[in-house]
Amino acid sequence: MEPTLKFFSGFAPNDLWFMGEAALRTLWISVLSISLGTVLGTLFGWMLYEGRRAATLTLAPVLDVFRSVPLIIQLVLFYNFAPIVGLNLDPFASGTVILTVYTAALVANVARGGIEAVGAPMRRAARSLGLSYWQDLRHVVLPIGGRAVFPSWVGVALGVMKDSALVSVLGYVELLKASQILITRTQEPFLILALAGAFYFALSYPVSRYATHLENRWAQ
Amino acid sequence: MISIRDLHKYFGALHVLKGIDLDVQKGEVLSVIGASGSGKSTLLYCINGLEAIQDGAVTVDGTDVHAKGTDINKLRQKLGMVFQQWNSFPHLTALENVALAPRIVKGKSKAEAREIAAKQLQHVGLGEKLDVYPGALSGGQQQRLAIARALAMEPEYMLFDEATSALDPELVGEVLDTMRLLADEGMTMICVTHEMGFARDVSDRVAFFHQGVMEEIGPPAQIFGDARSEHTRKFLANVR
Amino acid sequence: MFDYNFHWRPVMKSLPDLLEAASLTLQVAVLAMVLGIVFGLCLALARLHLRGTVYWFATAWVELARNTPALFQLFFFGFGLGAFGLHLSPYLIVLAGLTFNCAGYLAENFRGGFKAVPETQIRASRSLGMTPWQAYSRVVIPQVFRIVYHPITNQMVWAVLMSSLGMLVGFRELSGETQFFASRTFRIFEYFAVTAVIYYAIVKVILLSSRLMAARLFRY
Repeated sequence: MEPTLKFFSGFAPNDLWFMGEAALRTLWISVLSISLGTVLGTLFGWMLYEGRRAATLTLAPVLDVFRSVPLIIQLVLFYNFAPIVGLNLDPFASGTVILTVYTAALVANVARGGIEAVGAPMRRAARSLGLSYWQDLRHVVLPIGGRAVFPSWVGVALGVMKDSALVSVLGYVELLKASQILITRTQEPFLILALAGAFYFALSYPVSRYATHLENRWAQ
Repeated sequence: MISIRDLHKYFGALHVLKGIDLDVQKGEVLSVIGASGSGKSTLLYCINGLEAIQDGAVTVDGTDVHAKGTDINKLRQKLGMVFQQWNSFPHLTALENVALAPRIVKGKSKAEAREIAAKQLQHVGLGEKLDVYPGALSGGQQQRLAIARALAMEPEYMLFDEATSALDPELVGEVLDTMRLLADEGMTMICVTHEMGFARDVSDRVAFFHQGVMEEIGPPAQIFGDARSEHTRKFLANVR
Repeated sequence: MFDYNFHWRPVMKSLPDLLEAASLTLQVAVLAMVLGIVFGLCLALARLHLRGTVYWFATAWVELARNTPALFQLFFFGFGLGAFGLHLSPYLIVLAGLTFNCAGYLAENFRGGFKAVPETQIRASRSLGMTPWQAYSRVVIPQVFRIVYHPITNQMVWAVLMSSLGMLVGFRELSGETQFFASRTFRIFEYFAVTAVIYYAIVKVILLSSRLMAARLFRY
């Protein structure tokens, strides 16, 4: 610690930089997990839709576990389980793995709902025009079903972004962890929490408003 | 007796009723006809106080509907109303739909209310459907349910607001038959309707509304056979 | 394959303590839901029918609850209020945080529920001589209740899962208690694995009883 830096000093400009970096880490782990989780979840959703009994019996209960156990428990469990099987993962990697699977478990339901939303008559019509199964999926189901569930997907993505704060339990210094550290040092809880809250809010509020707007417009 | 004196109603700047004068005697069946937007449905809403009025007066058996001190909930028990959209309560069975108001508004016992409800459902031909939820009834049956629901309050007047307009054509007949039955039993009725056959055959008088004005009123034979107003003749020529 | 010996005995020995902590989890979640429903109903009605300060207060509550992490909200009731000299016990921090969060989410569900019941239902009720209160309590609310029943169930599950954040503010509900034992014995994985099973069981019991109750409540 540099001698010039006093403990229990007020909030310094340096601290803003510290929080900014942490905010970027929040963004980074969120974007990574949401992207990977969406791809994986869409695949799961398709399997749940097409796989019928096999998927209902195997995949569905497994995904269900990730929705029925607190994320924080999942994180601690996986972080402590990895070394047991000989994996040495840092908090970031562990957090990303769990957030990705968690996202996938939520997206799987959304994706299946999207495929179901397209409806058999429309798909029959597409196939009757000579589209192959994959062409139908790519050119009919994806755009129409994707549109139907886009607002729900936004809800999931924003939820994961906010839940990424929990990776702090593994020692990953994302925004809320950084805030906690700064609060202990500067004793300026209100200012620091307000800054952190404003960051999440500024990210989440416009996006969720936009999703609601789209939902209303598409509903007409 | 329902008496309406110089009734004016505005929706914002829109003048929907422009000085209506009308008396409806006990036992009379009055049909109100006219194009959509002529103010005829609004008239019904003003009669039972579901819409406020800006000028004039509506009295029911001497009670001013829009006066400050009037117990509107008590007055409405006299005025049964049936809407274009039947508005059955989806969370209650047919019997419960009809029994609800007698029980909570009139304070009847549960058994008494159910008895009244069963009787009225029988009356409109739904005696077999007592424990069915509205979701499982056809539009015509739901509209008859709405009539039974209004009748269970033992009203002295019945107001029908285009009771058959929202129904599929094949279901209109059963509802009109029920309304005819009530008329035959001597119920005082004001029916806003597009069913010219019903207006001609069942009503004692027919009133024609045009752009917020009651253009003319008279016995069906005169209105349908020898209308005085140009507007009435035009309207009738178009609907037939 | 594993270079690790699992030790389940210490966990089994503290199982009674864990189950007691689980009942505390359930208690705080149920209490937060009850309060959340009451506040959520008020917030929804305020946003539907009022203007001015009350409307903006309700809107700010709802948007903050939905657009910031639950952990942030707990921190706010912890450190944040501490800045004003108001130090809540860990129990109250979790209760206040969960209530704030649940009320915000439920308010939107209620608002949707009220909007879904047509205005004409009130008209029809009034035309039968019902007072506004009778029309609301006998006709509108029962229909709203059916619409929000499943969202309420889901929120109840969320409340249980979210209460695990108590671990991060020193509250010894199920997760906090688990962490306490885990850090004393270093059998972190074993402890958290058992706790995960307990959470899973709680969630399943909630969903099952909700389904059984729905079958009795809604016959239409």
